[in-house]
Amino acid sequence: MLLLEDGTVFRGVSLGHRGLACGEVVFNTGMTGYQETLTDPSYAGQIVTLTYPLIGNYGFNHEDFESRRLQVEGFVVRESSEEPSNWRSAGTLDGFLRDHRVVGIQGVDTRALTRRLRAHGSMMGVLSCDESLEAATQRLRSAPPYDKVDFVKKVSADAPYEWPAEGEPRVRIALLDCGVKFSILRHLAKRGCATTVWPCTASAHEILERQPDGIFLSPGPGDPSNLGHIVDTVRQLAYAKPTIGVCLGNQLLGFAFGGRCFKLRFGHRGSNHPARDLETGRVYITSQNHGYALDPASLQDGMEVAHVNVNDGTVEGLRHRELPILSIQYHPEASPGPHDSGYFFDRFIGMLEAV
Amino acid sequence: MPKNPDIKRVLVIGSGPIIIGQAAEFDYAGTQACQSLREEGVQVVLMNSNPATIMTDLDMADRVYIEPLTVEFAERVIARERPDGLLPTLGGQTGLNLATQLAEQGILERYGVRLLGTTLPSIRMAEDREEFRALMRRIGEPVPDSWIVESEEALRDIANAGIWPLIVRPAYTLGGTGGGIACDQDQLMEIGCGGLSASMRHQVMIERCLLGWKEIEYEVMRDANDTCITVCNMENFDPMGVHTGDSIVVAPSQTLSDKEYQLLRSASLNIIRSLQIEGGCNVQLALDPHSFAYNVIEVNPRVSRSSALASKATGYPIARVAAKIAVGLRLDEIPNAVTGKTLACFEPALDYCVVKIPRWPFDKFVHADRTITTQMKATGEVMAIDRSFEAALMKAVRGLEIGVFGLAGKRTNELSDVRIEAGIATPTDERLFIIAEAFRRGMMVEEVYAFSKIDPWFLRKVQRLVTMETRLRIEAGAIANLVDSPTESDPTAALIREAKALGFSDRQIAANTGIAEKEVRKLRKALGIVPVYKIVDTCAAEFEAKTPYYYSCYETEDESWVSPSEAELAATSAAKGESDER
Repeated sequence: MLLLEDGTVFRGVSLGHRGLACGEVVFNTGMTGYQETLTDPSYAGQIVTLTYPLIGNYGFNHEDFESRRLQVEGFVVRESSEEPSNWRSAGTLDGFLRDHRVVGIQGVDTRALTRRLRAHGSMMGVLSCDESLEAATQRLRSAPPYDKVDFVKKVSADAPYEWPAEGEPRVRIALLDCGVKFSILRHLAKRGCATTVWPCTASAHEILERQPDGIFLSPGPGDPSNLGHIVDTVRQLAYAKPTIGVCLGNQLLGFAFGGRCFKLRFGHRGSNHPARDLETGRVYITSQNHGYALDPASLQDGMEVAHVNVNDGTVEGLRHRELPILSIQYHPEASPGPHDSGYFFDRFIGMLEAV
Repeated sequence: MPKNPDIKRVLVIGSGPIIIGQAAEFDYAGTQACQSLREEGVQVVLMNSNPATIMTDLDMADRVYIEPLTVEFAERVIARERPDGLLPTLGGQTGLNLATQLAEQGILERYGVRLLGTTLPSIRMAEDREEFRALMRRIGEPVPDSWIVESEEALRDIANAGIWPLIVRPAYTLGGTGGGIACDQDQLMEIGCGGLSASMRHQVMIERCLLGWKEIEYEVMRDANDTCITVCNMENFDPMGVHTGDSIVVAPSQTLSDKEYQLLRSASLNIIRSLQIEGGCNVQLALDPHSFAYNVIEVNPRVSRSSALASKATGYPIARVAAKIAVGLRLDEIPNAVTGKTLACFEPALDYCVVKIPRWPFDKFVHADRTITTQMKATGEVMAIDRSFEAALMKAVRGLEIGVFGLAGKRTNELSDVRIEAGIATPTDERLFIIAEAFRRGMMVEEVYAFSKIDPWFLRKVQRLVTMETRLRIEAGAIANLVDSPTESDPTAALIREAKALGFSDRQIAANTGIAEKEVRKLRKALGIVPVYKIVDTCAAEFEAKTPYYYSCYETEDESWVSPSEAELAATSAAKGESDER
């Protein structure tokens, strides 16, 4: 059973771990890539529903993890495939959710759920294997609202670690881990970056002491207004070294330059969002996963909008007029989603080598 | 970039008479294009020889010429109408060929007519096998290995490379005489040497055979600003070796992980960019079911047969958008008519499954060879939409109007086990029903896969439908009891609901339980098991949709909006057999 904050109840059949889960309910419209989505730290604290009805068709494999574990709070699908078929498959969706103790539900009219979320906005919900509505309601009442929780602290690395370059290292990157995905680190490594991954609590001083060539601000979960402690670090880093931000990294840069965020009604989550590069006019189909957007009017100190969403005009990227700072709200590493924006990594490396 | 102001009048070439592989889909495309161009204030001159088309209706174009689609007649029309541009990419192969001839003979240049959408070199590059292969190599896209061989020694060298199986195609022989598929050195030497002597030039082409690979298609669009999108991808139920027009096709792909989906998507965009097409393009690819290896099979530098399917499967009007791009508009300047708020520059997200089944005319041509191969035989097709693959498949089967109402074929139960095995291995119009019969006889998915190379995911779905037949038979008594006193909480009611969600018709439930169809329907309604209607909206409910384009399914929420005024219902017979073309 899935109970929403507005009282709506969706009944279905238990999938994965049997238990109780509470989180913000959001939908993603991507038709492939459920494994990457489930393991993406940016989904921490959320119950994710996929709009595509047939999920688990190609099973689970050992390579498509985006972090070491499942990050979602709960998972809602129309139909989960019991017998997947793909040469890399090493198990079923049900088994995988069970192994990682993630509560799921199938048999839900996910289109009806999506329409509900579209009309009323993302809201808190409870997934429960227990038929009692009372227990679920109790849990929903006692849960802290999604916006007030600092999820970044929960998903960030405990201690710094190295992600070596493939081949001869060209540049050294310091990556501030607010919930990094493996494919970002793989993209950097492939382009000759030797990356040091820093916990989000690291100070600018200790990061800069190691003299990196550039700073990478990773994506991550939650409301960026809870991250005052990181914004100061970001500001110091961005003024000191060439900096690139992705997703939450884009928002943190916005905050560091006086910006504010507002919450989108139901967010942008999927693999089909058009973003326009204001410089070239060219539109890229991008992979997105964010619930908050920067207010363009709030940006200060030389920071300006570089990319916008074609559908709703929201900020999809920033650049600084003088400093070597670039950032995008969408995901150049894709996984899941289109690979159109991979060039962004090259632009970053080019920016570092030009300095 | 707004519409090009120099283009005031455009000649659109239709696709002429209906032939296999080029049927009503091009009337659909052409009609959309005419309307789309006129919306932009462009005058449309239309030329088509087929009167039984909507595009030749007088309110579709500003001028209509019913003339043979030949260079001579086209030149006369051009001389008389003096169009600024020619749109060649909407009239199928016929339209494209005629436009190519007009360009090559200097007629377009003489009258100052611009070829819109795709340039002549692009058309040549996509259509000429050798030029296309050379282009693919330049841009790093893999094509099946092939070799021109003129001696036995050369054959032996190829055999030593160890790539199997191989197709032998002798040069300059009629209908592939002397060719065949070789799976080892002995076969290659035998077929190859036979081919060499059968060829008047003593020459054979050896090509890597991708039999058993997955066949995947992408519909891609590009505008003059080099913005590219994919409208849809489709996976063939039948693996390589069956023409896509003769294949059961599913949208979106079902068995591809995101890595595979994006790998092939990137390849498709790479190809449309290299060909510099302004408009739509169809890319066919083969994917190894056991690795990330893929090959580009073919590209259609135009709106294709599959575009109609992709348009209806997603709600994205490919021909309409292609026509606007051809007169200079950018993808992000064209509104998405379905949502009204968003633009044509996005990729549709589906929240349902689409199944297309070809309709073959073998019921009319009883002595025809029913084997399906690389040359298309289907004369029509049906498409069905539902929330599950099973239900979409069952709806499509019923839509064929071949006297079959589920997966029980007409006489498949009379076939011997040997004939069943042969029927699984050889693609025919009856293969789907023979596979179902094999499962009825207890064959395993692995065995059916070994014979057919159809992905086990699809086979298990067919097996699941057969299992439901059995479950209904076993529960026939319980269902009969339920007819007498319908109780929603009864577990048997859940079984009926499940059967309906899998696409079983009342008639099929009746056939499997021995209960009258009328009684089944009455029971179902008493149990509150009725279909709801959902909207095809291009965006998986992310934005509100304005167009009333519905499909039925057994879900909970109904989205249909009932008109307060008296409604008229128009029903059409869709699947095409021979002789009932319209």
